[in-house]
Amino acid sequence: MAAVEEKIPAAKAGGFRAWLNRRMPIDAFVAEQLTGYYAPKNFNIWYYFGSLAMLVLVMQILTGIFLTMHYKPSEIGAFDSVEFIMREVEWGWLIRYLHSTGASFFFIVVYLHMFRAFLYGSYRAPRELLWLLGMALYLALMAEAFMGYVLPWGNMSYWGAQVIVNLFGTIPVIGPGLVEWIRGDYGIADSTLNRFFALHVIAVPFAIALLVLLHLVALRQTGSNNPDGIEIKANLGKDGKPVDGIPFHPYYTVKDIVGVGLFLAIFCAVVFFAPTFGGLFLEKPNFEPANPLSTPDHIAPVWYFTPYYAMLRAVPDQQLGALVMLFSVVVFFFVPWLDRSPVKSIRYKGILSRIALGTFVVTFIALSYLGLQPVDPIYTVLAQVFTVLYFAFFLLMPIYTRFEKTRPVPQRVSYHA
Amino acid sequence: MSDDVLNAQDIDLSRRKFLTAATAATAATGVVFAAVPFIASWKPSERARAMGAPSEIDLTKLEPGQMVVSTWRRQPIYVVRRTPEMVAGLPQLDAQLKDPKSAESEQPDYAKNEARSLKADYLVVYATCTHLGCLPKQHFTPGDPVVGADWPGGFFCPCHGSRFDLAGRVFNGSPASTNLRIPPHRYDQETLLIIGVDTAAAAAPAVAALDASDARSHDSPADDSRGAA
Repeated sequence: MAAVEEKIPAAKAGGFRAWLNRRMPIDAFVAEQLTGYYAPKNFNIWYYFGSLAMLVLVMQILTGIFLTMHYKPSEIGAFDSVEFIMREVEWGWLIRYLHSTGASFFFIVVYLHMFRAFLYGSYRAPRELLWLLGMALYLALMAEAFMGYVLPWGNMSYWGAQVIVNLFGTIPVIGPGLVEWIRGDYGIADSTLNRFFALHVIAVPFAIALLVLLHLVALRQTGSNNPDGIEIKANLGKDGKPVDGIPFHPYYTVKDIVGVGLFLAIFCAVVFFAPTFGGLFLEKPNFEPANPLSTPDHIAPVWYFTPYYAMLRAVPDQQLGALVMLFSVVVFFFVPWLDRSPVKSIRYKGILSRIALGTFVVTFIALSYLGLQPVDPIYTVLAQVFTVLYFAFFLLMPIYTRFEKTRPVPQRVSYHA
Repeated sequence: MSDDVLNAQDIDLSRRKFLTAATAATAATGVVFAAVPFIASWKPSERARAMGAPSEIDLTKLEPGQMVVSTWRRQPIYVVRRTPEMVAGLPQLDAQLKDPKSAESEQPDYAKNEARSLKADYLVVYATCTHLGCLPKQHFTPGDPVVGADWPGGFFCPCHGSRFDLAGRVFNGSPASTNLRIPPHRYDQETLLIIGVDTAAAAAPAVAALDASDARSHDSPADDSRGAA
């Protein structure tokens, strides 16, 4: 190799950095992806949550790696090893609380990130695939969170696993066999815990990392949407760069660091002062070991699944309930094609879209609350009403977005409070 | 040797296409076969299956109105000794039940009757709710305040509110659609219950005759897949 370089004088110039770049296009990559990647200049607070999701993913992976060093994925050892981490491993409590709080914050950040897409129509053409990849990420995250929740092998872990795995049993014909295959036993058992551990620590995180990469690749292709929902690439300056765009680095990297600082302040406050968050982030029955002979008095999933759980419970038929629950998640995938508005952003949509989105937010929060409550006839009726509202938001979208009066979209991006 | 080089027009493209497709199909078949061991590795292990052998329960000490919890194949099983009043009350509930004759529910043929049992005074059911697998709790006292003043006595699931009568039959308005499942079982002596083995058809006793009119067979009791709730 040295011999070749000596023959080509140019190949020797430039010192170490040039030496590196001749072997790996580092500078070109940075230029293309960061300093040369133009993002709309009117991003607001809603644009923090993508990078924050990435931050939480990294934190989860790091804390997770350290937890696996002390955790034992077996029916006999799991619960005790978590107690061991909490009481005897130096700083073990911190590492575990960072991980368990991180799970809840992951969903907070992802829900806000998704809400941003609803606000500004970020799922609309040409970003449909970006949205679909994001939804695939959301599904993977749900699987990851569910399996992680089973690992401490508390009583809520056990019965949560029982309920969720049995959802597959409602599938006609193959259901019962499928459930047995998932569990690897005739009940939730050591085999189930062990395989969930394997999926939680390697298979699903790997899939998530791959999907994040694809999500970013797709984003680089279309460029970010913005609060005005107009394409900055349609208005290029003399230099061929969007006049309404600024380089991602340094402008948005610096902005994101401010967001990271704020986020970590809130996150750490929860980790240090309210890690169980009153039973929302870590449920009380899970401080008891798994007991196959005793159902907790009140089974509720962790808060981020409760909207779907409320819908499952609202339907007085088991197969239909599971179907409604499945459809309530799947319907998100169709949003890019359900929204028929001539404009993308809520800023220029009509009153009907605003009412619909507002109602949907209320519905989602109400269902989250109802999913946490014990079984009660009044709550069931309320859950049924909100389930109808939930689906109305999606299924009526082609109608209310098309027939409402929209406002004219500006040529250039604008700044609002 | 350059004479041997093929000209473009001499290449049989359809033959190439066929060979490419055939190679791809062979590879795909290989992948499917190679996946079998990995997928099969998730099935219950030999040990799990051995642990699923029948279990015995001695019922001599079970008083009328009492319940014991046993397990078979990791699934809790309720054994209730019903009082004569409890048994007599069962037919009166038919109108409030989703499946009073157990036509849509899972049970061995010898338990497909009004009392859903081999012997009218003993109920043997999987404790797992047919909704999503929680354990319905025993609320045998009629009018139990937890369930409601008009409660006739039975099982109530705290998870999603399914209600079952003292034969494990599901009440209208419950999220569960079918009655609690009955495991295969038989009695070796008067009070020695064996769970996991079927009663021989010839030995199916008198209670079954109550419902002989509704004889549509609904399941195969020995089927392994009934382990799923």
